[in-house]
Amino acid sequence: MNSDLSRFHQVFFDEAKEHLAEMERLLLALDVADPGAEDLDAVFRAAHSIKGGSGTFGFNDMCDLTHVLETLLDRVRKDEQALTEAMVDALLQVGDVLREQLACHQDGTVFDAQSAEPAMQLLRGLIDTPGGVAHREPDQNDADRPAPLSSRLYSISYTPDADTAVSMELLVAELARLGTVEVDAVGENRWVIKLCGAIGKEEIEDVFSFIADRSHYSIELADGSPQAVAAEEEDDGFGFFLPVIAQAEANAVPEDDGFGFFVDPESIAQSSSGDQDDPGYGFFTELSPVASVGIAKAPAAVRSGQSSDVPKRRASDAEAEASIRVGVDKVDQLINLVGELVITHAMLAQTIAGLDPQLHEKLFSGIGQLERNSHDLQESVMSIRMLPIGSVFSRFPRLVRDLSQKLGKQVELKLVGETTELDKGLIEHLADPLTHLVRNSLDHGLEAPELRLAAGKLAKGMLTLQAAHQGGAIVVEVIDDGAGLNRQRIVAKARERGLPVDEAASDEQIWPLIFAPGFSTAAQVTDVSGRGVGMDVVKRNIESLGGRVEISSQQGQGTRITIRLPLTLAILDGLSIGVGEQTFILPLNTIIESFQPLPEQISTVSESGRVVHVRGDYLPLLALHQLFHIEPRTVDPCQGIVVTLDVDGGKVALLVDALLGQHQVVVKSLERNYRKVRGVSGATIMGDGKVALILDAAALVSFSRS
Amino acid sequence: MSATQVEGQAAAAIMTGTAAQYLTFTLGKEEYAVDILKVQEIRGYDAVTAIANTPVFIKGVINLRGVIVPIVDLRLKFQMGETSYDAFTVVIILNVLDRVMGIVVDGVTDVLACPAEQIKPAPQFGAALDTRYIDGLGTVDGRMIILVDIEKLMSSPEMALMDEALDGV
Repeated sequence: MNSDLSRFHQVFFDEAKEHLAEMERLLLALDVADPGAEDLDAVFRAAHSIKGGSGTFGFNDMCDLTHVLETLLDRVRKDEQALTEAMVDALLQVGDVLREQLACHQDGTVFDAQSAEPAMQLLRGLIDTPGGVAHREPDQNDADRPAPLSSRLYSISYTPDADTAVSMELLVAELARLGTVEVDAVGENRWVIKLCGAIGKEEIEDVFSFIADRSHYSIELADGSPQAVAAEEEDDGFGFFLPVIAQAEANAVPEDDGFGFFVDPESIAQSSSGDQDDPGYGFFTELSPVASVGIAKAPAAVRSGQSSDVPKRRASDAEAEASIRVGVDKVDQLINLVGELVITHAMLAQTIAGLDPQLHEKLFSGIGQLERNSHDLQESVMSIRMLPIGSVFSRFPRLVRDLSQKLGKQVELKLVGETTELDKGLIEHLADPLTHLVRNSLDHGLEAPELRLAAGKLAKGMLTLQAAHQGGAIVVEVIDDGAGLNRQRIVAKARERGLPVDEAASDEQIWPLIFAPGFSTAAQVTDVSGRGVGMDVVKRNIESLGGRVEISSQQGQGTRITIRLPLTLAILDGLSIGVGEQTFILPLNTIIESFQPLPEQISTVSESGRVVHVRGDYLPLLALHQLFHIEPRTVDPCQGIVVTLDVDGGKVALLVDALLGQHQVVVKSLERNYRKVRGVSGATIMGDGKVALILDAAALVSFSRS
Repeated sequence: MSATQVEGQAAAAIMTGTAAQYLTFTLGKEEYAVDILKVQEIRGYDAVTAIANTPVFIKGVINLRGVIVPIVDLRLKFQMGETSYDAFTVVIILNVLDRVMGIVVDGVTDVLACPAEQIKPAPQFGAALDTRYIDGLGTVDGRMIILVDIEKLMSSPEMALMDEALDGV
């Protein structure tokens, strides 16, 4: 491996992952009976990009595997073989192997070459050409090219860009791997490199594509090779050759699907050009046969219909360039700074409040403007961390497909609201619970086709994943039209496990029983689900994110599981309370109500513990000033305020001095520079710049008991 | 040895890389010094939010430009000096072990360079600090300065500033 290229590895890893994801998405969307030529081409392009990149960086295992994959795809898109369900399965499987290989290369670990073999064999088995390309040695990854290339002389002119230029030594060393190199300086910062070797033009481009823009170099074939080559340029920058034997045939080849396609058997020149408008990848010489195209002796053969494709491709290029990859830590730093700005503004506003607005009119309007700007800035910065939930949903088509095949069920997956945005931190934590729920729905919810038909439903079950904003929260729902929850079985199971159940309880009270650890009503344990782990994990995960899970179900009609989450983890809805001189924040989602108790509502138990009588319940009364050893303004519950909290299903009453107000607070870690404090989950900075501690209700309760 | 001589020596030592620079501060009548590279900034004492159930010398946490920073009063920790808090109370914000924390001291006196040869090993007694946390004793202008290994001190279990330390108690 050449260390010179290693700094581009991350780019390749990121791009390859995207290509793999794209390939999977397209494969899943393919209609096997009538695959669209465009989709097939898109799959092919994704595969080809991976192959080109892995070849460039010397990841030969990936290159070999994608090559075989490509061969199969190529046959399909040329209509030499019909697409079958088995092929799609095999292609998906190969995608998984590629992903593993990619992960290994990224971690620097060694991928077991044997584990790729089954996938490789599977693919080869599907390519039904007698003695054809499929049976060639895996390292001959150029089967899609014409006969082995004879040695050719290329002339490359290269004008390094001052910003991006890699040293000429490195470049020459890189090129020297391909053949003999001769370098001439043709003036200020301009080089002509003669390269002689049995290589294709795209291999040279592979070297260049990672170090220079298209506009900075051009490659041409300088000797009189009898073989005309056609360059197919893709938007990912990896060149590709198609066999062209004669022009007539070339024009007839159906795979000429709108890539630039130069055909001129007589011409000896192979031109590549710089496209000034689009310094990245887009490459459509036929639209701009201008002087900058280098020595474009080959007239571009523009097929009809090609031009209509051009704007589309251009648009996607523009989209790719309109986004950048930024580390999350940088975004978090921005969020912190903006938070500071907001607090600074609050302090300023407090300071000028004592001034006369008439005398300091400009100051006041300036502060007002600062407020608006910093608020807008805060919103924009927060939105950087927001990602569409589609990035979680996108894994489910594959999961549902695999599972439904395994379970012998017919399922249609519907995704709704994929563009709904939520915090990146939440998205990462949402994937596991959703996977559990989807697996559950598939295994227990949806019935087998025969049962569905017998019940008068369509054989194909419907599973819907739905996301939407609702107020300050995001609601994600997993809905199936399956059998629904079985009340009798849940009640029986709960009894068996010794859980308290009231026969007359409403459904809404029965359903949450399935969240109990180890609770499963599945008649038999499958390897999909039924072991009874899952729902409790789902509930715990969601609650740790500050969310809730709700179930509604109708026997025979289906089940709907609703997850409600706050929009972001960084901001918490809190109630600020005062005890003595101190201010604390209580998370709003734990609060049931707050009130000032009457003397008759307070009673003591065995002279030490106090209880509050609220709505028929006796709740233990915890005094915050006692827990935190603060001098309170009052010790009498009837002078203070009692806040009832819902903690782990149990309720407690917390005595505080006063309620101060409701805020959205930015959660800050206390452990970063200090350590964990009992009863406190974090800290925040209030408008006056002071630190307020965020109370952890569950910890407070256990704290008081110990 | 005159002051200019000392300074000359110190400057030479800095040039040759044998002397570290120290920030000196007072606690009661004693003068202490910490490696200046560990010091982030010096600020006044205000708006500390107390944390319940912690040792008295942990005054609480402050908001340092959006970062929550714990504040330790070394005067309380070592039972020395007047523990009044006013506009002149000084907090040294330290950056140790990838954490930010503040210490309250009686006053910051100087920044000085102390050549290695002027640092003598600490005897087994003499300071309020355990000698484990003392790098050595330096002499500047005839004054004795106690060089504190602030990293070791702040991470020690007795300061109770970190989770591991808490577990160790």
